[in-house]
Amino acid sequence: MTMTNEEVRIGVFVCHCGTNIGGTVDVPSVVEYAKGLPGVVYTERNLYTCSDEGVTAIKNAIPEHGLNRVVVASCTPRTHEPLFRRACQEAGLNPYLFDFVNIRDQCSWVHMKEPEKATEKAKDLVRMGVVRAARLEPLEYINIGVENTTMVIGAGVSGMTTALSIANRGFDVYLVEKEAEIGGMLRKINTLYPGNVDAFASLEPAIKKVKEHPRIKLFTSSLVKRVDGYVGNFEVTVVEKENEEEKEHNFKVGTIVVATGAEVLKPDGLYGYSEYEEVMTQMELEEKLKEKKLGEKREVVMIQCVGSRGQKVAYCSRICCAVAIKNAILLKGKNPDANIHILHNGIHVFGVEYEELYRKAMETGVRFDKYSPEKPPEVVKEDGGLKVKFFSELVREEREYKADLVVLSTPMVQHPDAIDLSKLLKVPLGLDGFFFEAHVKLRPIDFSTDGIFLCGTAHSPKFVPESVAEAYGTASRASTILTKSEVQTEGIVSDISQSICKGCGLCAEICEYGAIKINMYGPGEFGAEANRALCKGCGTCVGACPYQAITQRHFRDDQILAQVKSAYVPEEERIEIRPRILAFCCNWCSYAGADMAGVSRFQYPPNAKLIRVMCSGRIDPWMMVEPFFHHADGVLVTGCHIGDCHYVVGNYHAEMRVKFVQKLLEFAGIDPRRLRLGWISAAEGQKFKELIEGAVNEIKELGPFELEKHYDALVTVKEGVNNPRLRWIVGKIAETARYVKLEEKEIDAFFDEIIRSEFMAEKVTSMLESEESTIEGISEMLSIPVQDVLKYVAPLMDRGAMQISRMEGKKPFFIRGRVR
Amino acid sequence: MNGNKCVLVIGGGVAGIQAALDLAEQDFKVYLVEKTSSIGGRMAQLDKTFPTNDCSICILAPKMLECFGHENITVLSYAEVKEVSGEKGDFTVKVRKKPRYVDEEKCTGCSACVDACLLKDRFLDEFDMGLGKRGAAYLPFAQAVPRVAVIDEERCLFITKGKCGKAPACKEACERDAIDFEQKEEEVELHVGAIIVATGLDVYEPYEIEEYGYGRIENVITGLQYERMINAGGPTGGHLVRLSDGKPAKRLAFILCVGSRDLKRCPYCSSVCCMYATKSGMLAREHEEDMESFVFYTDIRAFGRGFHEYIERGMEEYGINFVRAKPGKITENANKSPVIWYEDTLTGELKRMEVDLVILATALMPSKGVEELATTLEVELDEYGFLKVKDPLYAPVDTTREGIFVAGFAQSPKDITDSVAQASGAAGRAGEVISFVSLKS
Repeated sequence: MTMTNEEVRIGVFVCHCGTNIGGTVDVPSVVEYAKGLPGVVYTERNLYTCSDEGVTAIKNAIPEHGLNRVVVASCTPRTHEPLFRRACQEAGLNPYLFDFVNIRDQCSWVHMKEPEKATEKAKDLVRMGVVRAARLEPLEYINIGVENTTMVIGAGVSGMTTALSIANRGFDVYLVEKEAEIGGMLRKINTLYPGNVDAFASLEPAIKKVKEHPRIKLFTSSLVKRVDGYVGNFEVTVVEKENEEEKEHNFKVGTIVVATGAEVLKPDGLYGYSEYEEVMTQMELEEKLKEKKLGEKREVVMIQCVGSRGQKVAYCSRICCAVAIKNAILLKGKNPDANIHILHNGIHVFGVEYEELYRKAMETGVRFDKYSPEKPPEVVKEDGGLKVKFFSELVREEREYKADLVVLSTPMVQHPDAIDLSKLLKVPLGLDGFFFEAHVKLRPIDFSTDGIFLCGTAHSPKFVPESVAEAYGTASRASTILTKSEVQTEGIVSDISQSICKGCGLCAEICEYGAIKINMYGPGEFGAEANRALCKGCGTCVGACPYQAITQRHFRDDQILAQVKSAYVPEEERIEIRPRILAFCCNWCSYAGADMAGVSRFQYPPNAKLIRVMCSGRIDPWMMVEPFFHHADGVLVTGCHIGDCHYVVGNYHAEMRVKFVQKLLEFAGIDPRRLRLGWISAAEGQKFKELIEGAVNEIKELGPFELEKHYDALVTVKEGVNNPRLRWIVGKIAETARYVKLEEKEIDAFFDEIIRSEFMAEKVTSMLESEESTIEGISEMLSIPVQDVLKYVAPLMDRGAMQISRMEGKKPFFIRGRVR
Repeated sequence: MNGNKCVLVIGGGVAGIQAALDLAEQDFKVYLVEKTSSIGGRMAQLDKTFPTNDCSICILAPKMLECFGHENITVLSYAEVKEVSGEKGDFTVKVRKKPRYVDEEKCTGCSACVDACLLKDRFLDEFDMGLGKRGAAYLPFAQAVPRVAVIDEERCLFITKGKCGKAPACKEACERDAIDFEQKEEEVELHVGAIIVATGLDVYEPYEIEEYGYGRIENVITGLQYERMINAGGPTGGHLVRLSDGKPAKRLAFILCVGSRDLKRCPYCSSVCCMYATKSGMLAREHEEDMESFVFYTDIRAFGRGFHEYIERGMEEYGINFVRAKPGKITENANKSPVIWYEDTLTGELKRMEVDLVILATALMPSKGVEELATTLEVELDEYGFLKVKDPLYAPVDTTREGIFVAGFAQSPKDITDSVAQASGAAGRAGEVISFVSLKS
């Protein structure tokens, strides 16, 4: 697969991105620097490489300068990698012969006050990109057949709308609803604006259509229990509750739409809720109105923003002002003499019809008072009834209103069990608890995971028309897959070397996707094989394999090693930035979190250089050690939060490996705090900044890593990370930790023991390499009791790593055996 | 070409682009008709987008390129829909393409003609909202798609007077022989199964709100003009300057609801201004540590995902000052600095504030020409010019005519996120309707 006998000809394109990069990084000097890098035959700088002009420049340069590798140094691969890969492809170059260097989101945007250091960092990052590019190989995409069916989870207005739209396109839909009845939140709501239509009645035609549609298979009282597979080929198990019995349904779908809706917050402890029966939420008011159980109300006070905007949740729930106004008008209509007051912290209606509704409310005599969030209203029982007391900000006086009904406008919140669904589907939840979309602006109804889409209030609070529009939207998005007979997936897959593989079975066991099987080639001869179509390219097996028999295409060990070696080259350094930290980040979470820090312009010190891998599971123990041989003072391993790994298992392995290597470092007399672990989600830009700052401060205290002083010790650590027995144990224990809760202390003691055994065994065998000895002699040399020597030595004897050299009377002398 | 599987998208802004891409990926053939000479719309003019403060053109450009390069999409730029007949499943549309006097196949966007034009930098640039200059031969903007020059037929010396120096300067300069003064208006006939209207917005220019001095006081500008100023690719290279004397602007005032929520002008709420004013304050502070920003508001409408948190950040981290006031008037002092006269409604005090720049967040309205288009399409508009929908609850992207859909600002004021989601919605409906029709026939 490697390119031999072909001269590498690299083109480097450095982007100004307007002033986003150019305003901080000295782009011309980066270009100059790139010219001198090995293999670089062409350089160019662009104002916006992603523009038509920039892309055309790349496409022209490839044939004109005979480029067989392209490096673009600009924003982040997470936005433009597909664009530049396509440009290469269109110019006849395999799209995997392209490398992306992030000098904006992870450089210029986060080091705005240190332009010189940012420039030096940009140069180093370009250097790392160039050495990686030189080692890239062409890869093919894999085409996978598509099941043109969909599963829609949730049969509220959003779920029903999207299901009907997809079914009307001629595709089969499995519609899964948790409750016994379909219709969702609208079943409980009284009326909808515009039109003041009866909510449930307006939904009935759709309910009928859903139940009668020949292409919709409806499951009620059902939950999704299992989702395996990937875009075009999801394997699903749904469990249906029927009369105390559970029935399982298994089927395959090509796409999934999440339309699970939301709930309404119950403001326990606020404003007398659950204390006084006259205090209720807007939703409870809807239900009472619908059931005609409200009774006559003459003094109504509504309080807005109860629990939202920083109280129990951080966000504004978008619809509450309009809902309150709608209900206020309704109540006023029922009883024109009633006093209806809305106490608010700003009326947040927007657009055309809701602003109109606000005006109408004022015309019908609904009164609005702005309260101060610093002095929120109080609901008290006085003179036999309720009173609401507050400070009216605009007239600057204390006021109080009698109330025979207090309505609290509380926010919509995510269902508590959404976390289960998020884990099943392996899709993230945002900081606000709602499902997290691929991109807030440009991909609001997509998940990052291909083939899964999102609509309605499962995404965030919204009005019915907005949910419906989104539902038609997800039907459209899903159709972009359903209308195809094949989709392309990544070429980044695992290859297992049959000559190195010993058939231990670890990779097959840990692969979340069941992509590896063990073949039997002969009696006692086993070998693992990875299925390219099922492999998702996480690389966890690569980092786990005890014999290091597995290669991940496009993220090979030698490619990553080249980046590690070129990260810090003191001879090239014009400004010394210490401590030097090398960070490994996973594409989905921590790398995205680093980008988020950039987008948010959180500033942090320029000491860290990031190497991207697809999953933290790819981070092999050797990567945690090797940087120290190449001038690093600290190493940072980052990934998704435990339980949120995009590939499910990767970070469990990363975590265990970090503990393992820290233990090795400790044994070798190197401060284990130089190796750090951090979990960052894609939304946690602030946390990423803090992670870097923490690493810089703490490693600064440890001082620079003195390679010369610790060289031999580091070599021992390196031997430890490459030790197949230890690697196997680490892999197995990581897998175990997924199901069995292991305490920190337990893991610590465990590693202590196994590493000590290995270390000691190593010490003994190397001792016996140079001269023979008795057991007692070994005990004396190593200053450990005889019984401990026996413990370490027994397995060596057993496997022939130690053998007798001669007898002195009745005393055996031992030397290093032939077997290792 | 089977008319059934084709869709016409009118408007090449982010909503039109999203709808076109969705449909193209479902193997529909899409015609994207754009009135101006490049797709990209308003989003291409912005510097950053709230609430992530992503670089606007950075996230839009790949979509523009993908759209233009897609084998299923034909972009007709500098073109307008003139006639529509037929019905859902079978529309015949006549599109008139204006001559740009430049051959799209030959032009590489090298800008030689732009530099050579004898009238270079003589006219106000539309993309820069009148703050920048262009010549008669010009490129719409740096990241234009298609990246092809345009010659303004109303200004070009050769076209209007028959003579431009010895020979037309642009023609001389062009190495690709792409200048073609023989180009004529072209009429293209399309057969489509569905139509999506995504014509976007125009900015209200408040000359008639005399008390605010727009058009009279140099240092009073609109929100989109500010956006062009702070954009690194804009007329001032990203520097915030006083238009009167070119000195750096240090104190900014944003006035919200100018023309919006106004019974005399636009009674509705333009939905995005509270957010973009806060964004503008944040961007100013990023440029210069000592920038001071004041946002004069009535209600801060921060209702979307992440919006409220964004406003809090604007206040706490970027030091934006929010003043609850609707200024009574803006005057100009001897230094040509605007002076704002207002009542702080939370304290009751009457105050005056001198600033360097006043940015009026003016009402946003449906695009000019939408009335004519609505007549052509035979769809109904509401009293403000927004396209009416068939059922405001359950058919929110269907217009009053079957087979014609709407997305984005053309339907009602909304931001990019909601426009993109709605555009996918319109694409979903268009696809559904065409497929249904095909199944039946």
